[in-house]
Amino acid sequence: MKKSQTVFIAILFIGLMGLPFLGSEYAVDWMTKTLIYGIFALSLELLVGTTGLVCFGQAAFFGIGAYAVVKISADLGAPDAIYLLPISMLLAGLYALFVGALSLRTKGVYFIMVTLAFAQMAYYVIHDTPIGGGTDGIYLYNKPLLFGWSISSSLEFYLFTLGCLFFVFALLGLITHSRFGRALSGIRINELRMRAIGYETYNYKLMAFVISGMIAGLAGYLFAVKDGFVNPELLSWHLSGAVLIMIILGGLGHLRGAFIGAFAFALLEEFFRSEAIFGSFAKYWHLGLGLSIIFCVAFLPRGLFGIPSIWQSKLMGTKNSTLEDQE
Amino acid sequence: MDFSTFLIQSLNSVQYGLLLFLVAAGLTLIFGIMGVINLAHGSFYMMGSYLAFALSPMVAEAFGGGLISTFIIGIVIAIILGYILEWMFYSYLYERDHLQQVLMTYGLILVIEEIRSILVGDDVHGVAIPEWLSASIQLSEVMTYPVYRLFISGVCILLALAMFFVLSKTKLGMMIRAGSVNREMIQSLGVNIKFLYRIVFAAGIAIAAFAGMVAAPVSSVYPGMGQGVLIICFVIVVIGGIGSIKGALIASLLIGFIDTFGKVLLPEVAGVLVYVFMAMILLWKPSGLFKAGS
Repeated sequence: MKKSQTVFIAILFIGLMGLPFLGSEYAVDWMTKTLIYGIFALSLELLVGTTGLVCFGQAAFFGIGAYAVVKISADLGAPDAIYLLPISMLLAGLYALFVGALSLRTKGVYFIMVTLAFAQMAYYVIHDTPIGGGTDGIYLYNKPLLFGWSISSSLEFYLFTLGCLFFVFALLGLITHSRFGRALSGIRINELRMRAIGYETYNYKLMAFVISGMIAGLAGYLFAVKDGFVNPELLSWHLSGAVLIMIILGGLGHLRGAFIGAFAFALLEEFFRSEAIFGSFAKYWHLGLGLSIIFCVAFLPRGLFGIPSIWQSKLMGTKNSTLEDQE
Repeated sequence: MDFSTFLIQSLNSVQYGLLLFLVAAGLTLIFGIMGVINLAHGSFYMMGSYLAFALSPMVAEAFGGGLISTFIIGIVIAIILGYILEWMFYSYLYERDHLQQVLMTYGLILVIEEIRSILVGDDVHGVAIPEWLSASIQLSEVMTYPVYRLFISGVCILLALAMFFVLSKTKLGMMIRAGSVNREMIQSLGVNIKFLYRIVFAAGIAIAAFAGMVAAPVSSVYPGMGQGVLIICFVIVVIGGIGSIKGALIASLLIGFIDTFGKVLLPEVAGVLVYVFMAMILLWKPSGLFKAGS
């Protein structure tokens, strides 16, 4: 890991650890949601930012992770995250294996549409069949323990989520700087060349897809336990779009960018939904969100993370590139 | 399933498939020629339905009714809107990568949906079938079939034929096809490519909106109706092969059949069937049934 990234993560985690001791209950709850978004965004960053695969069905893995914990824990008295969490991730990963194996046979815009269509397939299975309990969703009756401890208070759960985010950050940091991760970057830049020098690029991409799906499943697990409730909207393509926006908003090609984007997205959502600012117009908050997205694509193609380098190039007249930073 | 049920469901399948084709063809046109992946395409379908809902009472008051005049006014509005939207948003997307196209058009969906919500609210509406089309045909002693659905099929077939004719037989169609292969070349031949694109785009949107208008009396008008259609149309484009209008037509009819008969025979898994079908096609032919240019 590069030094600037290590410093960023260190400062971030010290700051986040301190938050509950300053903020209100509401702030902790909001921050927990944002951290989960962060994990979710990181999962997609591995695909889009690192490997160059634009997946538009990430919400399916998120939703499957969320539904798995609710469905499995329903029959158990005091389920434990120690096995529930891996099972959730595994189920999300299995679906990712299925979707990836098929959709990776296609390329470019086909890939975008096929991943979207398979996510819709999962959505309809949950929405229409008795498995998912229909539109109304299901409640989580037995909150999972962690090694036998109950992590039911919002503070404890916040710290647990923070730990998960740290774990995902570290894992993805290791992956992107390993041989495997470099191969993924190579695939993003020129897949044909990677194939020519002897990489089975399909297998690499599939592996990245499954890892990404499992991390999205982890985010889904956390989301379901946090709210104690799941509904089919967790698999909807709106969420897949939202998570894509998060990583673009932050800036592609950086793990930090994904987290910053998730945070910025959560702030935007909070801002446009705030009745204190917009009054009764706040119920049309999608309008503001949609306009900000259009604005962001038009004027910040490299995301928030790219702003300093835009300033730098304006001030110094030098050119900086973002994606290449990682190589 | 007896024969007359089968017949009715077949007619419904064809009607649904043809309707989907109109939306998918616009999507194929915009993607195949301009290289823009337009997520907001379904929103234009929805816009068409709402136009039909909003315009028909006004037209009735001004001209004393008439579905056809409603359609014509609606199409004109859709073309103007498409022209403006191309100028404001889409013209910047041609040079951008797919990811940014996806994002900007996703943002556009949110904006269009909310503007609709502000203007007409979130209620479900119905649009009346005009009297001269509201009859039914007697298929057997107990089964009847509404004329309006036949009317939809007929109109869709006419429009599809017109589209095929324009694309394959006229000079405009030749320029459009040439533009999709090599933009610089056709520009250097003296064709105003920017204007050509704007027209194609406006036409694609108008066709989607028209599909929404014709469908309005059958499917009723409700928020979010465009998104379901959009994703089905993506499936159609993937199955048919990107850029192939013929592929889009065949895939639309197949999907129409699968969806309609699925809802009758296997109602519990009907929503999934279409995607299972897509998965099977992809296993067999990863780039669709009719890859453009092959």
